[in-house]
Amino acid sequence: MAIRRQDTLLFEKPPVIAAWAAVGGKKESEGPLAAGFDFLTQDAAFPDEACANWEQAESLLQQKAAELCLRKAGISRKEVDLALAGDLQAQCTASNYTMRALEIPFAGVYGACSTMAETLCLGAALAAGGLVHQALALTSSHFCAAERQFRTPLDYGAKRTPTAQWTATAAGACLLRGPGQTGVPVLSVTFGRVQDYAVRDINNMGAAMMPAAASTLLRFFSATGARPEQYDAIFTGDLGEVGSALLQEQMAREGVPLPNHRDCGCLLYDVASQNVQAGGSGAGCSAAVLCSHILPALQAGQYRRVLFVATGALMSQTTYLQGESIPGIAHCVELTKEGTG
Amino acid sequence: MKLNRKSYAHMVARASPPSPAVRDCLWAFFVGGGICLLGEVLRQLFLRWYDATLAGTLTSIALIFLSAVCTVLGWYQKLAAKAGAGTLVPITGFANSVVSPAVEFKAEGWVTGVGARIFGIAGPVIAYGTAASAVWGLFYWLLGKVG
Amino acid sequence: MNYLWAFVIGGGICVIGQLLIDYTSLTPARILTGYVVGGVILSAVGLYKPLVDLAGAGASVPLLGFGHLLAQGVQQAVDQCGLPGIFTGGLTAASGGIAASLLFALLAALVGKSRDQN
Repeated sequence: MAIRRQDTLLFEKPPVIAAWAAVGGKKESEGPLAAGFDFLTQDAAFPDEACANWEQAESLLQQKAAELCLRKAGISRKEVDLALAGDLQAQCTASNYTMRALEIPFAGVYGACSTMAETLCLGAALAAGGLVHQALALTSSHFCAAERQFRTPLDYGAKRTPTAQWTATAAGACLLRGPGQTGVPVLSVTFGRVQDYAVRDINNMGAAMMPAAASTLLRFFSATGARPEQYDAIFTGDLGEVGSALLQEQMAREGVPLPNHRDCGCLLYDVASQNVQAGGSGAGCSAAVLCSHILPALQAGQYRRVLFVATGALMSQTTYLQGESIPGIAHCVELTKEGTG
Repeated sequence: MKLNRKSYAHMVARASPPSPAVRDCLWAFFVGGGICLLGEVLRQLFLRWYDATLAGTLTSIALIFLSAVCTVLGWYQKLAAKAGAGTLVPITGFANSVVSPAVEFKAEGWVTGVGARIFGIAGPVIAYGTAASAVWGLFYWLLGKVG
Repeated sequence: MNYLWAFVIGGGICVIGQLLIDYTSLTPARILTGYVVGGVILSAVGLYKPLVDLAGAGASVPLLGFGHLLAQGVQQAVDQCGLPGIFTGGLTAASGGIAASLLFALLAALVGKSRDQN
């Protein structure tokens, strides 16, 4: 069972992430984490699979992540009790169509770019409580599907501002199992609270989401009494360079400096040379970094203990045009090296 | 948290890198100027055979055609990522804003996708341009009555 | 000389647009709309015609020139047929550009395909 301390659920007998898979597109294949991916395609339109549009392409991407994850776990999809999945498309259709193909009991989850952490938090809690034996947590994003839905047509000529972030064409999937099994243990999960500090610039999402990351981290440290130095790394999801700098500044001001902070948006791409402005973003960004870098490193023992704090910006195209500010959220997952669960 | 909305706005402004304005402007100047120069070359060519009004219209049509070709080939977007306003402000940018949604939203159908979205970006330009010209027309007509 | 002015004036008009993008929070869509309305106003007060005479395509190709075209069209139509001209003049003058954009866009949709920005 779990102990609840403030907003944090501590698992006495931790559930584990037993298997995982990361998939990505061309730009991701040119990034520093390429070697950790399980599948990379040079053409994320999937023309060989008779894919008709970008929305379908994202579903295919997510489906590949799920199938690779199950193959690595050595189980069939019939053995999965529940899939928790989400993406950026309206009504989470990428996940819906993935699940149409997979036929696994499914609950759709929307947390924008925080979705990977959100599905992990929910899945871990269900697995720790013995309510599911094997659950999938997965999410995706596709640059082209996001551009055409939220920004402009792909062939529309526009210059990106330096604070903008690049939506990753990537997906990540994790298979959660109950306590006592082999895998990367999930020690605790913390659901975030929505934070809004009146950022309205849709091209500066890192700044909009930073207060959510800081708030969740502060609540986690206050609930557990832990200190940042006790972690090999604290990963935030998709703050990019601007949001990361702001987070460092804010946490120092709070008296909880983060010497070992890394950001998934700055890890997935070589920000200086890959023309991604302030870094990567999109639900698939932190998911892919988790599954291509963080979990393998925990499995290999390169990290002993890490925090994975994925952040999401919770506005819509409509609220943005109506002049509303951008609310942010961040969920925190505490992971430790394989075998110590 | 030791943070309030007002101080955060300052913090964000300080942490956000500004656009490289000098480099942006050089790109805009040379690409935008280049497109206009090409327009002038075409216009002089058309002036050999046609009057000034028709030559101007043909120049626009020729540039729009070139822009459509470049958009379909994916070149216009690549150039615009560097040239910014240099490709936005000329009539080729207007054409790109009509052509790119037409191509993009083909997946949603010829009427509900292409047809409906074709003026998604350029529509406001035509709407407010026409409205402004009508207001001017009214003034001009009144001036004629008074004068 | 015509060509030099076309290049310099056209480039200069684009630079103003770039400065608006970099130093204000105006989005490209708003800047384009502003340019056309601005062109109508500059033309109405008589400032744009001299620029077109000097720079040719350098002044008519940027969207300010589109506004100028609308204003000129309305003016001519009002001269010819009075008040109804305010409805017919603008779009008549701009019809070549608008129709060309639409037709080439439909052709482009026929042959073109949405592509990744890699």
